Amino acid sequence: MLKILNTNHSQLTTHMFEEVATTTEGDLVINVGPQHPSTHGVLHLLITLSGETIKNVEPHLGYIHRSIEKMCESLSYRQFIYVTSRMDYLSSHINNHGCALCVEKGLQIEITPRARVIRVLMDELTRLASHQLWWGAMAMDVGALTPFFHAFREREAINDIMEETCGARLTMNYIVPGGVMFDLHPNFQNRVKEFIRFFKTKIDEYDDLVTGNIIFQSRMKRVGYLSKEDAISYGCTGPTARASGVSCDIRKLYPYEVYGNLKFDEIIETGGDCFSRYLVRMQEMRQSLSIIEQLIDNIPDGEFQTKTKAVLKLPKGEFYSRVETARGEFGVYIISEGGTTPYRIKFRSPGFSNLSALNHMAKGHKIGDLVAIMGTLDLVIPDIDR
Amino acid sequence: MFSLEGITKSIDRWLNSTFHPTLALLLEFLIVGLCAITLFAVLGLVLVLMERKVSAYMQIRRGPNRVGPGGSLQTVADTIKLTMKEGLTPDGADKFLFNLAPFVVLTVAMLVLAPIAFAKGFQLWDINIGVLYISAVSSVSIIGILMAGWASNNKYSLLGAMRSGAQIVSYELSAGLSIISMVVLTGSLQISDIIASQQNGWWIFKGHIPAIIAFVIFIIAVTAETNRAPFDLAEAESELTAGFHTEYSGMKFALFFLAEYVNIFIVCAIGATLFFGGWMPLHIGNWTGFNHIMDYIPSSIWFLGKTFFLIFLIMWFRWTFPRLRIDQLLNLEWKYLFPISMFNLLLITVMAIMGWHF
Amino acid sequence: MFLKKYLSDIFSAVASLLKGMRMTGYYFTHRKEIITQNYPDNPELMKLPERFRGEVVMPHDENNEHACTGCTACELACPNATIKIITKFDISPDGKKKKALDTFIYHLELCTMCNLCVVACPTDAIKMAQNFEHSVFDRSKLTKKLNAPGSKIREGIE
Repeated sequence: MLKILNTNHSQLTTHMFEEVATTTEGDLVINVGPQHPSTHGVLHLLITLSGETIKNVEPHLGYIHRSIEKMCESLSYRQFIYVTSRMDYLSSHINNHGCALCVEKGLQIEITPRARVIRVLMDELTRLASHQLWWGAMAMDVGALTPFFHAFREREAINDIMEETCGARLTMNYIVPGGVMFDLHPNFQNRVKEFIRFFKTKIDEYDDLVTGNIIFQSRMKRVGYLSKEDAISYGCTGPTARASGVSCDIRKLYPYEVYGNLKFDEIIETGGDCFSRYLVRMQEMRQSLSIIEQLIDNIPDGEFQTKTKAVLKLPKGEFYSRVETARGEFGVYIISEGGTTPYRIKFRSPGFSNLSALNHMAKGHKIGDLVAIMGTLDLVIPDIDR
Repeated sequence: MFSLEGITKSIDRWLNSTFHPTLALLLEFLIVGLCAITLFAVLGLVLVLMERKVSAYMQIRRGPNRVGPGGSLQTVADTIKLTMKEGLTPDGADKFLFNLAPFVVLTVAMLVLAPIAFAKGFQLWDINIGVLYISAVSSVSIIGILMAGWASNNKYSLLGAMRSGAQIVSYELSAGLSIISMVVLTGSLQISDIIASQQNGWWIFKGHIPAIIAFVIFIIAVTAETNRAPFDLAEAESELTAGFHTEYSGMKFALFFLAEYVNIFIVCAIGATLFFGGWMPLHIGNWTGFNHIMDYIPSSIWFLGKTFFLIFLIMWFRWTFPRLRIDQLLNLEWKYLFPISMFNLLLITVMAIMGWHF
Repeated sequence: MFLKKYLSDIFSAVASLLKGMRMTGYYFTHRKEIITQNYPDNPELMKLPERFRGEVVMPHDENNEHACTGCTACELACPNATIKIITKFDISPDGKKKKALDTFIYHLELCTMCNLCVVACPTDAIKMAQNFEHSVFDRSKLTKKLNAPGSKIREGIE
């Protein structure tokens, strides 16, 4: 017994020693962040450089930790959903959706077909808006400033649609347990169709401006390689993992709402580099467009909300549900003691696991590549810290 | 017809007739110095505004539109703000070098201004090695940048300065080679000779495809030399926050900024002189009527028009392209631009010897 | 063969760059594509949809009457303690004591515009207004009293 402990201990120390020994005399240790233009928030990276080459990247988290999970324990099942909009603020609808699904699972209520379709429509619009912002921000990370404004033009069109129906542009709180908060605005269908026509021409401009650009391609290709095995072992999900050939789209694997009846492809690339991640997201935008096109003319009539009790009480037990956000798998785990508030809530956020692969991907590349890799990971820091 | 040459001649005559020749020369120095400083200030204001407007229109924005008519006084307001800000010197910085660096950069920009011909007979110093002087002096500005990066005692600044060093040293080569190819065609290093040789047509038209290749390489190389996107690695905003001038604030930062824009003006002026005939109007062969009409446009307008066209081209690059990585930047120079410009120089030399150009 | 690849690489690279420049050049020359607006000078363009959630207000009719019974449903529904309701007892003409609203305190600085209070209200006494320009120099100005002075509950609302 003692022997085993000793060997483990010595292994541990050697391992630790190696970790420490990565910083040697003459290396340059730089704090990237918490205030840095390309960390998209308050992420702090401690990078060890040898010249321009990265030897080690150590992410330090916690600068925007608001203890959302703990806060949720004191909020009722209706109230806690709005907080999740503040986690991954770019796909706030999808976060709300995940929470509502979990609460509905606990309450064992069925929502109306109309509410299902509205939820999926809103999810896909959110995914589009999120990917648009990512596209602009990513181009800005590699130094092209113009695409950012072009991306915001299209994102603005989606935000206007959201604003009209949900009443807010970023943190909507539109999805509630039992359905959605309001019915669709009468203009919704026309405006979405108009947006689809408009965006289909603009997405080709995206390709002209950035995708085909030789400088952009050379910045992206063969940079930040993540193998299929590594993607699985780091727990990467979403476009990050799908670019490495891992099939992990929750919409396909565990269909929720009406995703089972829809025709769409799970985009899988096998390159594993930054350009593959870029292509996955670009093609996902087209897939989202096709999902919206399938649904926009087929919104069933009926109630948008099922009647629920004034005070929601989940039965004693554990409930888990997951959805596919723009960044990957978002899981909600509720432990209920039978009261009006959850006993414990755990959110599985995609950004945290995706960030953990950063060191593996960035090692041996240049500083400019680190920025490009972070861009393709599509990090939202409040989602990582929670 | 409006001519700057007449004005300078009459001032010179009046000074010489009124004062002792030595005193007159000193007074002329003073006037020229004042003119250069004024030109600097005006160029800084105009080019920054132009950049902001160009970027705004490409990014489907309006750009500055509040201060003055159409936002035209925005840069004046910004300059006033910058002069009123405190010029911080970091505690661990090398104080002397830190404060000296912006002035080195600016002085170099001023020195390169000397041999440029702004209009017919309107030139500070028509030195017989004009082009050589320009390429020699303009490479001194790297010392200012390295000085700023080193003295700031900031890791970002240091990395930015080192990148800038590698970049300018490499791109000097292809910029120099494309300048030389024009010198080969002209047979003279003197700016006034180069312009005079384009009396019957600009080199970009007379020199066939090799001249166009030389021009493209020149534009790429000077974009890199002035640290402009897509070669702005020295101040790569998303990587190094602000690169070599991270620690600078207030007027010291403004001087770097000013020097950058003045450098752009100067390299574009050189490009316009070498490839587009400087102040020489557009002349086409024997069309005397057409040539006569073109002569009516003042030479200063021709010069500024060509220069601002090239500046616009460089701004267009900046607001379209992503930034290169440091190794790709050096690859581009050593594997593509340098061999091509060597070959191109050979081609132009053969062309000049055989007299194949117009 | 090597030279052919070298040259074709260069040409395709230049072509891809020119494609991008054509795009930005198009937007540079087409001013009608500009989408930004001069913000405070465009009141006619700043029409927000009626569902936009800017702040909670309590509509009063021409008799200075509101619909709030002081039931505190909104206070309970609020996740951040944004709403504080102080009630009083009114003596009705026939001598009965009746619970009524005294002060409806609304902390705008705490509000996240989640709309749960409006949904919870049984008498539609509060609603979301479209005003979004909330910045003030003093934080205490963000704490608002929503019921107008001297207002009372509309007849017939229980």
